[in-house]
Amino acid sequence: MSDLFSSVPAGDAEALATLLAARATDAGLVDVRLRTIDTRVGTLLLAATPVGLVSVTFDGADPDATIERLADRLGSRVLRDVRGLDDVAHGVEALADGRTRTFDGDLDLALASGFRGEVVRALREIPYGETRSYGDVARAVGSPGAVRAVGTACRLNPLPIVIPCHRVVRSDGSLGQYAGGEAAKRVLLSTEGAIEG
Amino acid sequence: MTLPPFDRVVQQHGPTVYRVVRAVVGPSDADDAWSDAFLAALEAYPRLDAEANVAGWLVTIAHRKAIDVLRRSSRSLSMAEVPDRAAPHRDPDLDLRRALAALPDRQRSCVVLHHLGGLPFDEVAASLGVSSTAARKASSDGVRRLRALLEAGDE
Repeated sequence: MSDLFSSVPAGDAEALATLLAARATDAGLVDVRLRTIDTRVGTLLLAATPVGLVSVTFDGADPDATIERLADRLGSRVLRDVRGLDDVAHGVEALADGRTRTFDGDLDLALASGFRGEVVRALREIPYGETRSYGDVARAVGSPGAVRAVGTACRLNPLPIVIPCHRVVRSDGSLGQYAGGEAAKRVLLSTEGAIEG
Repeated sequence: MTLPPFDRVVQQHGPTVYRVVRAVVGPSDADDAWSDAFLAALEAYPRLDAEANVAGWLVTIAHRKAIDVLRRSSRSLSMAEVPDRAAPHRDPDLDLRRALAALPDRQRSCVVLHHLGGLPFDEVAASLGVSSTAARKASSDGVRRLRALLEAGDE
């Protein structure tokens, strides 16, 4: 029976997904658009809402768990947009590869609420090429005793690389933890000249 | 239980939906019909029951959208057109589409939903508002007619 219908093709999945993402974005029907990029610090998954870039994660090679979490938090209308989000993709690529110092696009801090949101805002004030200790950041947000909570907020920063949680290190000079792994943190900091590479 | 990210639905069912619309509308309108179907599905998606049969829901939408596109399109093949015996180079894709277009509506719908959409006959029946027995019979009559038309074209 199937031979009768074997001539009907299944379509070009990537071209179709691109068409759908464009039409759905125009129609205002997308909660989250997704794109992956390859950088020196690994394959990143970028996610953007209509407001702006909302999430950067280091699991671009195997992003299913993150995509599910984003759908739970931000809405189920999630679409891959392989050829869209170009400005966002180029901006993050340039940052990760050390070709630029700041990200100019819009950000959506919906995934950083409460205390974590305060910490994330404080991280944006740390200048390029400098580092701060977790205690410094705790004092900056007016909670000098909350050093551990600051560490957690840094680890859960929804926009690493773009919001420079990599510039927060331990007071003993060791790098401390990082969502992308210690090697990625070292690459980012040495690119900025903040540590010896 | 929450709905999976819509992207997963596209990846899982995109090829099947494409084959459904492609068989009905042909190559030039297939991308439009495919995206019409997924756009309609995306619009309704947040209201979908998490336990719903997503394949049946999508294939039903795709079939309706394909028929809409076919009705709109001035490029559609005449329903009466039969395979062109004189064609020097056989194009199995075009032949199948012409033969499908020559079927009565009910038969064509049942064949497309069952054989291209992969829906079992009870779901084909629900999608078209007919009995399961009628859907099964229309599909097998349709396939018999298709074979006859395609063999006639092969002579």
